[in-house]
Amino acid sequence: MSIGEAFGTLGEMFSYGWMQRALIVGTLVSLCAALLGVMLVLRRVSMIGDGLSHVGFGAMAAALAIGAAPLPFAVPLVIAAAFLLIRLSRSERVGGDAAVAVAASSSLAIGLIIVSLGPGMNADVSSYMYGSVLAMNSQDVVLSLTLSAAVLGLYLFSYNRLFAITFDEGFATATGVRSGLYGTLVAVLTAVTVVVGMRMMGALLISSLVVFPPLAAMRVCRSFRGVTVWSGVIAVSCFLVGISASCLCGTPVGASVVAADLVALLLCTSVGRAVRDSKR
Amino acid sequence: MTLIRCTDVTMRYGGVTALSNVTFEIDRGDNICIVGPNGAGKSTLLKGLLGLRPLDSGKVEYIGTKRSEIGYLPQQTSVGVGFPASVREVVLSGRLGRAGFRPFYNRADRAAARDALKRLGAEKLADRPFGELSGGQRQRVLLARALAAADSLICLDEPVAGLDPEVTAGLYELIDRLNREGMAILMVSHDLDAALQRARKILHIDGGVRFFGAAEEYAKTQEAARLRGDVRREEEAG
Repeated sequence: MSIGEAFGTLGEMFSYGWMQRALIVGTLVSLCAALLGVMLVLRRVSMIGDGLSHVGFGAMAAALAIGAAPLPFAVPLVIAAAFLLIRLSRSERVGGDAAVAVAASSSLAIGLIIVSLGPGMNADVSSYMYGSVLAMNSQDVVLSLTLSAAVLGLYLFSYNRLFAITFDEGFATATGVRSGLYGTLVAVLTAVTVVVGMRMMGALLISSLVVFPPLAAMRVCRSFRGVTVWSGVIAVSCFLVGISASCLCGTPVGASVVAADLVALLLCTSVGRAVRDSKR
Repeated sequence: MTLIRCTDVTMRYGGVTALSNVTFEIDRGDNICIVGPNGAGKSTLLKGLLGLRPLDSGKVEYIGTKRSEIGYLPQQTSVGVGFPASVREVVLSGRLGRAGFRPFYNRADRAAARDALKRLGAEKLADRPFGELSGGQRQRVLLARALAAADSLICLDEPVAGLDPEVTAGLYELIDRLNREGMAILMVSHDLDAALQRARKILHIDGGVRFFGAAEEYAKTQEAARLRGDVRREEEAG
């Protein structure tokens, strides 16, 4: 296939309504996940993203089984899980990582049991697991627009506070920043991001959107501002590259986006290493 | 003039009473060292004063200062090692308490951050990545952040732990200079000899207040002798 043909194919694909919805939701979800991911990764609680995606899978399966609309059913449940996981991860008695692991695998187990008991919904469930580009409807578009407005608003107006609590929560609290409030806000927004993105990216792959872009950005940037901006840029570019590759090669969209993220991480790692070596 | 008055403060830590009935005052320009054996509740008291841990009873009153105008240098942890932040970003975050609901830093904040770095002789570090600094440089930058926040009081939790003697002396010198320039200092310290040399007042904590008063007085007490013995034994054991 020549480059011209490839662009022709992409142009045709991108003219479909379902594809445009996937592009809008995917771009916004990638951006939100990457921005929130900067905080989660640096506070060493990024496994919350993984935990929430498993809880999301369980909730979606349950919604299918009882015939409820997936999003209105799953969003409140996953938000509740986010509150719980944040609380557990701060508790001094229970190990936060162990708590997340327990919540994640038990929701996955419950979800799988529900799936095996109900007849004839395995196709939908496997699309929840691995993602499907066809899954986005107009409700997802509205929800992802609202979500990204909330995330961008939070970053725009509370950027300095987010930096302070990420860098040193004790100091931030001592100067009067309400660290607990912001921590919860980030967890809730992450929960919504995970649920919205899950059906396109797949429950098993969505948490990589939280982890890869910040890690890649941290390889090349040495300031918080740089990491935040580049994390967003890397996430959106990798999503666009991934979804285009998925259209051209017929590969699953979630897996293609994660593969693009992996390439970006490896590239950033070698660039970062080269820059540091050249300074020595 | 009193900055903070602490009355009958009792605090629990993991179900155990860590401190009971602590009463003392911090005055303008004070230089107080909190000393005591390991696990005596020194850091807990500091966190109680700053509102980072709840009090079980008693009260902490801010009289000549506000919570948002106190500088704080937390106990050194792994926080910040490898963290992507420029020194300027870190020092500026000291101004957050002042910003109130203002979302961005203004010119005065930037000037205060620059000034704080300059007073600590660290202005050359402003554009360096914080995560790549040496231990001594990191403490200097975190002290600058505390200074950017502080109007009248800086609270320090074991600021020289893990630093080599030369860097320690340099940091002590900076802290003492801030004190001479009028800043009240409240420092948790493990180093009794340095505390006796430098501080004007000693607050000996061991589950409660064992001594609070002038450093010269404290040096003559049984408590000081016993604590010195404890510290020496800990050092020999460790």
